[in-house]
Amino acid sequence: MNGAPSKQNPPTLEVSNLVKKFPGAVALGGVSMWHREGEVLAVIGENGAGKSTLMKILAGVQEPDGGELLMNGNVVRIPNPKSATDLGIALIHQELNLADNLDIASNIFLGREPHGKFGWIHQREIRERSAVALDQVGLKESVRTLVRDLSIGRQQMVEIAKALSFDARIIIMDEPTSSLSQYETENLFQLIHSLRDRGVGIIYISHRLGEVKELADRVVALRDGQNAGELSREEINSDRMIQMMVGREFSQFYQREDRPLGDVALEVKDLKTPSFPKHALNFKIRSGEVVGLAGLVGAGRTELLRCLFGIEPAVSGSILVNGVEATPKTPIEAIESGISLAPEDRKHHGLILEMTVGENLSLPSLKRDQNHGFLNREKERSLIDRMIHSMGVKTQSHKQIIQYLSGGNQQKVVLGKWLGMEPRILLLDEPTRGIDVGAKQEIYRLMEILASEGVAILYASSEMEEILGMADRALVMHEGQITGELLREDMSEEAIMQLATGQQEPAEAKSRTE
Amino acid sequence: MKKILGILGLLIFVCVFTAIKSPSFLSAYNVENTLRWTSLFGVISIGVAFVIITGGIDLSIGSVIGLSGTTLAYTLSVKGWSPYMVIPMILICSMCIGLFHGLLITRLKLQPFVVTLCGLLLYRGISRYITNDQSQGFGSGFQGLRQLAVGKVAIPFVDGFMIPIPCFIVLGIAIVAGIFLNSTIYGRYLLALGRNEMAAKYSGIQTERMTLLAYIVCSTLAGLGGILFALDVNSVQPAGLGEFYELYAIAAAVLGGCSLRGGEGSILGVIIGAAVLRVLYNAINILRIPTHLEFAIIGSVILAGVIVDELVKRYAAKRRAIKNA
Repeated sequence: MNGAPSKQNPPTLEVSNLVKKFPGAVALGGVSMWHREGEVLAVIGENGAGKSTLMKILAGVQEPDGGELLMNGNVVRIPNPKSATDLGIALIHQELNLADNLDIASNIFLGREPHGKFGWIHQREIRERSAVALDQVGLKESVRTLVRDLSIGRQQMVEIAKALSFDARIIIMDEPTSSLSQYETENLFQLIHSLRDRGVGIIYISHRLGEVKELADRVVALRDGQNAGELSREEINSDRMIQMMVGREFSQFYQREDRPLGDVALEVKDLKTPSFPKHALNFKIRSGEVVGLAGLVGAGRTELLRCLFGIEPAVSGSILVNGVEATPKTPIEAIESGISLAPEDRKHHGLILEMTVGENLSLPSLKRDQNHGFLNREKERSLIDRMIHSMGVKTQSHKQIIQYLSGGNQQKVVLGKWLGMEPRILLLDEPTRGIDVGAKQEIYRLMEILASEGVAILYASSEMEEILGMADRALVMHEGQITGELLREDMSEEAIMQLATGQQEPAEAKSRTE
Repeated sequence: MKKILGILGLLIFVCVFTAIKSPSFLSAYNVENTLRWTSLFGVISIGVAFVIITGGIDLSIGSVIGLSGTTLAYTLSVKGWSPYMVIPMILICSMCIGLFHGLLITRLKLQPFVVTLCGLLLYRGISRYITNDQSQGFGSGFQGLRQLAVGKVAIPFVDGFMIPIPCFIVLGIAIVAGIFLNSTIYGRYLLALGRNEMAAKYSGIQTERMTLLAYIVCSTLAGLGGILFALDVNSVQPAGLGEFYELYAIAAAVLGGCSLRGGEGSILGVIIGAAVLRVLYNAINILRIPTHLEFAIIGSVILAGVIVDELVKRYAAKRRAIKNA
């Protein structure tokens, strides 16, 4: 350990030997950590390492079973979220925590509305102060916009604005960039830097080691509820961080091989999506090809995938599968022509949280495996067992209710339910959003296997590394149109960003498929 | 199975309590009557269970019963039409009512509560208009047809007690509904869309079609219920037949384990739920509790049942969490 806190300059926040037990499981087995004013401290670790529990304790969501919390050298208790706020600690949840039926301003002041007698709310004050907060995060939206009309990326920025409006002295950010675009991420980073300069402390939890490298003054790693090491600014590099997190060396994160490509599996001709009816989209994907769909939030990637899957049918144009016209008007038509989509929003679109792992896995294939309308329980069971096994889903049994699984395991079920349909074209929208490094790697490995079996894969990702690491070819979108197409050898962060921000006129892209 | 143990316990408790307090509860006449009415309410409760499983609601059931019952009595007695024509016609009209509700809900995206509330007013008004608000009856005619509702079947070697025919009707419907819900892919689709309609849609389920089906089933069973109720009571009041029955049906479904949030429900539970309501009603009469208290008692017992159920569920979830961790 290095840089232990000195006597003269006590850390703002100190956690010592923190223990949190759940019935039958130890979430934290004596974790210690300190954090100084104006410091960006990154906390890394795989899912289940105890990061979330630690943050929940700091935010007053849970109370520890042992150990001490110190603020400026004084022992404190944080029994509830209000006392965390009073101490100047704000937690920005990984899962958005907004009331989407209210407008931005009402959300920012939710629960602490300035009010007069009889609970009369000072609307104007709320709006003015909210506008300032929005300005601080660089979100150009009217404070009266309803939160549900914002993209997930923008909603998260509202959350950050909300924390800023507290004048919080320590802001804990749990995977804040998991749904932000590159551009928004850069904004956030600038914001974090300016906050740090103003003396606000940031505790930054992320799976994205690239971001940690860029931002952190110091890194604390957790593994299985224990401290697993600490790196100072100059020691931070990806290999060491991975090693601390998983306790073993990773030779290479992305294991990509060049594969022979087959015939054109998916051809999109002059497709106009309902969200961007002005722009016609054209591209082809060969079987066995892995194509990344890059772009900023709001670039129309999700809309394109939803259109290809028949959720929002095309306004005009056509989609050809293996050369045959197959423009879907409903998901079922897409599925029948061999297209599957693992959607971005796992909880609302990907899974039925209250149902079991098995029921989720078999849902799309029930129709194919039916016995004259009746469930074919044998086939269903064998499909479930096969998928749990081949996807490596960690679950007690197929009867486990899926909401109790970790994000990574849930995502494996989302993929598994579609792989059970043996798709020829697999659409993935943010396939690794909010899951840990280990599960990510398994999903990348799976994409490789599928591609080598001849599946055409089109995946949208906001993570630059994921596009650069996995894609044979990248399509870049900007405001609803495809602004460029980059072959593997032409791909670079700069090239993608240029196209994604629309700095380059859409060029007639050269393509391997031509 | 576990889910219905609670409601089964409540049913047994009310039965035993009433039987101890008054021996006439177990008389053949009373048991037959209670079984018959349980069956009639069972038919409509199964219908509304389908809608509740999709996460919707149907408030028009009582009025559909009224319309179906008055139409039956009016066309048979006043117009003299043939029952072989009238009954299929009523069932088809009821189906169309469900289709109408379903289309408004799935295509126009209107809220089920609003659509069926309007239905409640509309069909009641039509019943009263057709008959000029005059009560309709079969008199002493149609004895054969009325056997559907009032008939009984003797049990071999048992004297003095017979099984009412509606029991067989509800049994048949319950078996079909149970198989549909638990063993067909469509039943699974219904449960899935009740939990999360978007995820079901993303899984390639034609959610609109399934929702439509649920409303059709509900109204059709309400129409059938209306025929049976009319045949049973003989004298049909256009303004009164089936009034509030939607609330009994919804209460039975909820008691039987359907969640108004959708995605949950068992047919056996719904029938036991209907039985609890009928036995309670019967107990109030037999025990000479002032009938003015009827609603208050039924309301309190349902509320108590739902509270206990929720507490047990929480306790079980806690136990499970401790075991799993």
